[in-house]
Amino acid sequence: MIFYAASLALVAIGIYVVISKRNLIKIIIGLDMIDTGVNLLLISIGYVRGGTAPIENGNYPLYVDPIPHALVLTAIVIGVSVMALALSIVIGLYRHTGTLEIDEIRGLVK
Amino acid sequence: MKRIIAITLSVLIFLIFMTAFARVKFGNIALSKYFYFNPVKKQMTRDSVPSHYLKEGIKETGSTNIVTAVVVDYRGFDTLGEVTVLFLASIGVGALMYIKREEKRKVREANEIVKTASAFLFGFIVLFGAYIFVHGHLTPGGGFPGGSVIASAYLLLYLAYPKYAADHSKLSVLESLAGLTFLVTGLLGIIFGGHFLYNFLPYGVPRYLFSAGVIPVIYVAVGIKVGSELTGIVDSMMGVRE
Repeated sequence: MIFYAASLALVAIGIYVVISKRNLIKIIIGLDMIDTGVNLLLISIGYVRGGTAPIENGNYPLYVDPIPHALVLTAIVIGVSVMALALSIVIGLYRHTGTLEIDEIRGLVK
Repeated sequence: MKRIIAITLSVLIFLIFMTAFARVKFGNIALSKYFYFNPVKKQMTRDSVPSHYLKEGIKETGSTNIVTAVVVDYRGFDTLGEVTVLFLASIGVGALMYIKREEKRKVREANEIVKTASAFLFGFIVLFGAYIFVHGHLTPGGGFPGGSVIASAYLLLYLAYPKYAADHSKLSVLESLAGLTFLVTGLLGIIFGGHFLYNFLPYGVPRYLFSAGVIPVIYVAVGIKVGSELTGIVDSMMGVRE
């Protein structure tokens, strides 16, 4: 239960960061926190009490659910690619406008 | 004001999801309690999908690591799409981070400890990454973690030696060859077995290095591809340096 609470707390903190912060890098860090929280939630849903990692070793009968692991493996890779693209877009924006605050960028574009 | 709205919204979302997840018992799932219609056996079975993977996975794919069996064999097409997404992200980063030669960025020289240690550790880190993706079907790990470890070794070199730059043409050749290996293995599956990514090689004895058919081939290709792509991303993020 503490795992659900911790991962949902990560999601909530990420949402707070995305809404309240004005710096683009901090917003991307908030998005990454939401991503991590969701991954942790999926892994903890697939846990089986007393289970071990889903690798056949012949003498241990109980394994955790392998499907969330495979899903989260995909999700981590997609998260990394999204994060890299977002960071490079932010760096390009910084080169054009010279600032990272979204209020100032909004003023400059108009 | 905005901060108060943000705090209330995030606390509200936390409470809503927490009340929903309070009903889900942590760690108490019996993986074989669901009934479903098995299309192969033409009858209702008690096996859920994960317990089928756990029971029959080693027979059906030859892979000891069930997560690898799911990622590369049962859902190999999904992994092909995932690798494509990473490839597109690497292309996008390269296009967005392109700068002219004049705008060189000044970097500070690293100190002697970082230089010596990274020169000493580089080979070992690459070796460890290669170990992770070669043993992807036997031990925890696989192509994606192994490739990331190799890219971290290159990141260490970039941090220690400001003048160092990876050869872009070699990186792209490596990346294309690895992607081509994945695709050709899938297409050979059509020729030998009748469907894409069919596991046509002999399974061998489980828990040995040369087992599980095409899974090690695909995972080595994925490892090399992810390693070279992430190295390319690191290289473009570092920019042109003096």
